[in-house]
This record gives sequence, C-alpha cells and structure tokens, in this order.
Amino acid sequence: MNNILVFCETQNGHLKRSSQELLQKGAKSGHKVFALLLGSSSTAAPECAHHGAKVVLTAKSPALDQYNSELYLAALDAACETSNPSVILAATSSSAKDLFPRFAAKKNLGLVSDGIALTLQGDEVLVTKPLYAGKCFAQASFENSQIKIVLMRPNQLPVDHANSSLTAEVTDLQVPQLDLSTIVKEVVKGASEKLDLTEANIIVAGGRGFKEAANFKLLNELASVLGATVGATRAVVDEGWVSHSMQVGQTGKTVAPTLYIAVGISGAIQHLAGMSGSKVIVAINNDPSAPIFQKATYGIVGDLFSVLPALTEEFRKILKA
Amino acid sequence: MKIFVCLKQVPDTDTRIKIQGDLASIDANGIKWIVSPYDLYAIEEAIKIRESNPGTQVYVITAGPKPRASEALITALAMGADEGILINVAQPLDANQTAKALAATIKSEGGAKSENGARLILTGRSSGDYNQSSVAQMLAEYLEIPHATVISKLQFSPDSVLVERDIEGGAKEVIQLKLPAVISTNKGLNSPRYSSLPGIMKAKKKTIKEIDFTILGVSAEDFKVKYSNFTLPPDKPAARLISGDVPSQVSQLVKVLRDEAKVL
Repeated sequence: MNNILVFCETQNGHLKRSSQELLQKGAKSGHKVFALLLGSSSTAAPECAHHGAKVVLTAKSPALDQYNSELYLAALDAACETSNPSVILAATSSSAKDLFPRFAAKKNLGLVSDGIALTLQGDEVLVTKPLYAGKCFAQASFENSQIKIVLMRPNQLPVDHANSSLTAEVTDLQVPQLDLSTIVKEVVKGASEKLDLTEANIIVAGGRGFKEAANFKLLNELASVLGATVGATRAVVDEGWVSHSMQVGQTGKTVAPTLYIAVGISGAIQHLAGMSGSKVIVAINNDPSAPIFQKATYGIVGDLFSVLPALTEEFRKILKA
Repeated sequence: MKIFVCLKQVPDTDTRIKIQGDLASIDANGIKWIVSPYDLYAIEEAIKIRESNPGTQVYVITAGPKPRASEALITALAMGADEGILINVAQPLDANQTAKALAATIKSEGGAKSENGARLILTGRSSGDYNQSSVAQMLAEYLEIPHATVISKLQFSPDSVLVERDIEGGAKEVIQLKLPAVISTNKGLNSPRYSSLPGIMKAKKKTIKEIDFTILGVSAEDFKVKYSNFTLPPDKPAARLISGDVPSQVSQLVKVLRDEAKVL
C-alpha cells in the first residue's frame, strides 16, 4: 500500500465532483488516501472522509482562500512532507494546471496532465490521455520520478455514493510566511455562475448557423432549462459574438460532458477534436452532409430556428413532469 | 531590455493524425508544421511591448530538429522578432527536458537575474500537440523567477506586469508580478499580425543562432514521461437521424435521450 495525496477543491463550500472522483479512485485502488484542502475549503474535510480519505491535511490561513502560485507551492510542499506520497492526483483545474508543473520541476518529478483514464496498480501508474486535442490517444508512463503527479480531467471517473459513516484524521499544516513576487489583486467574476465547460455534465453549443450574436439567446434558453453550460465554435468567438472562455475545440477548451448538443455547428476538424470525447452527442443542422453528423449519436436535419425553440419547450415539459 | 519568446512547432490544426506502426508516435509524413497557435500571442505581445519600449530586443527560441524547427523561428522573425535561437535536437524532448534546455539557453544569454538578461519571457499557454501546459511554469522554476499562466491581458511596466489570468467560468484573476517573470499567453491577449512579404524578406537577413542540445546539460534522467500505445479514436457509426415534422422530431429526440441514452 502506498500513500496518495489528492489536491481537493471546493465550490460553494462543497467538494467538487472532480475531487470526489480522485479520492474514490485512490481509495478503491487500496492505497492510503490523504486529502489536501487549502484555505477556507477546509470545511469540506468531512466530505473528503466520506469519499475515502483517511487523512485530511488542511492549511487554514486566509491567504490560501484564493489561489496564489507561491503560497500554494509552499503549502503543497508541506503536504508532501507530511504525507510522503508515491502519487499525487489533482483535477485539471486552472489552479492545479498552474501549480503542479512548477512543483514537478522544483522536486525533479514527472507530471502527466489531461488524463482521461488512470491505472493505479501496486507501484504502476498509467495514464491515458488525448494528444493533438483528441485526434489520437496515448498511454503515458513515468520514468525517473519518485512521486508521480497525475492531473485528470473532470467527469472521467465514476463516483459512488458517499459513505457518511467514514471519518478521517485531520491535520493542520504549518505553511511558512513568504515575501511574495506574485500578488493576486482581485478576482473578476465571469458572466456565468454555471459550471465551467471543462466540468459541465451537459453542454449546449452553437456555431455560425445562429447567423448573429443576438440569436444565441435561443441557446441560452435551452441551457437554462437543462442546467447546461453554453459553448461555441471558434468561428463565432472570432466573430466576437461570445467570449473566448466559451470556445470548444483545439484552440479553446476540450470537453467531455455526458450530453453535448451541437446546434448550427457544421463540425470543423478543430471543433470535433475538442468535443468528440462527449458520451452522447446530438447534432442539429440544416445541412445533412455536415461532418458533425459523423460524430453525433443522434441528429436532426432541420432549421435550428424552428427546431431549437420546440426542443427547449419539450425539455421544459418533460423535466417538469 | 531583452524579451524571450519560447516557441514550439506543431502539426497544423487541420491535420488528420496518423499513427506509426510501432504505436509510439504519429506518422510525420505529409504533415504541415506551424507555430503552435498560442505561441503566436506570445510573439505578438513581445513585439507590441518593444514598440512602446525603445531599445528592446525580442529573441525567439525553439528546440527541435534542423531545418524544420528553423521555420518556426523564421515565422516569428517575419512577424518582427529580432533574433532567433535554435536548440538543435533530433530526439523528442519531454516537457521537463524542454524547460531545462530553454533555461540553460536563456542563462547563456545573460539569464534572468542580471541587468543584461531577460526582463520578460513569454510562451503559449499550451502546445497544440501534447498539451501538458507545463513548460512556462517549469522554466520559471529553473530560472527562479515568478510565473503566471493563461494570460489574456498584460500591462507592462519596467519592474512589474499586471496581468489577467483566465480561470473557470469566464472569471479572471488580476495578478501583479515582479519582473523578470515567465508569462504564458492565451487567446484574447491580442491579434497576432501576419508576416508580410517585406517581413519575410527581412527575416531572411536576421540572425538565427544555433545551439547544440548536448552542451546544455540536460540528461537522460531529466526525461520523466514516456508515451506509448498510440491509438486513434474509435470509429463511431454515423448519427441516427430523427425524421418527421418538428414537433415529432423533438419529442422523439427527448424520448431517446431519456429512455435509451439515459442522459437526462
């Protein structure tokens, strides 16, 4: 049995699904799981235990409420000293993607980011990850690395029900004071309070078929009925209809929701690369020869301006029932 | 003042990827190579900063096999960068080795700690191939300077930069960093210029310095991640098309999503 350290993150005080996935994965693999919770997220310690952590490491300094690369690096260092892990797991969040490569370099360790499947067997750690924005896949393995760091994409691993009878030992870490070169002045909230595209379970995405920016409201209505996050193609981002944070594809976000509804999207190769990992894909397009229909599970050939409002209504009816 | 821009050459985003018989890499035959898209924002930003800070020199660095990798440098020189540095290496490097090689190269050009050294180092937030999003942070660690990643706004002053970093849900962290620092660039930071014909003519006269990878002190132990068993995505059957008039199409669709695909 090895020790596994899981970098856990919360949203509105609760453990993110992506962190639950990793805690459960570690516990199911028969290893001793340490959860790391920084700043105010420490209140989620019991949840970490319910998902399989045996030890929860917290660092309650208010300076850690907000991500700061230097402070988080120091906290991670302290967590590693305490937990002595052979594997560190984290989700591919904006914080983890910023933090772990620097930690890997500092400690002379290997790191694999963007994992979609993970094998933890004895000392063996194998990660499947997409390359070339999902146009192919490869298996990554580690060499010359005492601790193996894996960043997994959200929604790739199963989550079983939490077991609320499980408890964990909680240890508060001492994190040194630092003279900072990097200061986070403020965090400007995004337009949407919804889950980020990379974490969303349902995505509805629009392309050039919408003809103009104002018509995206039809898509927003569908999204609000489904509790979905809205995505877009590069073409409409470049037109300035929506912000780049909504772009799905090779120069935007790579996503893998359970349900991806592509509306008015023809399916340029660089868009398909970013979303073809979705479990179920629905395509709505007026051109039956659009490449998107090659990737979709279900398709409707039709005019989005009549299909989309009807579909929104139908979902509203069914989901209310 | 020196600004360094680190580039990677990757297959064009429209490339259809094929895999080699040994399943250990992609088939490079017929691939058109381009500067990794996010690196273009780094080049553009460096040139913009030079335009408002006279006396600035923009160096572009890449590691890769000659002559192919030189083309990436020529693209950047044609956009307006001043000098190129090619780390000539035939074998593929992992992110850690790349960062070490870049750090050693920048150190040989005055480092990041001296008056005469790098003030700012820019690179794309991830590469269009392995997408590890690692080299900027690793490079900053090896140069012992701060970093910020995924930046879509940058305000430069001689001692510090104020940047906006894109995080989840369209939110942004506003961060101040002391210089020198490493910054990784995101789409939205600027609109990269195209290389003009005069730019291309000028680029041909600019210096590209060649550095032999083997003198940079990067060892086999610095190789940390190996890729194998390359596969293509499984072929999917084409979509099941749902026919009928619109009311019947949408009701059938919602029904299959609920009862067959079980995603609602």
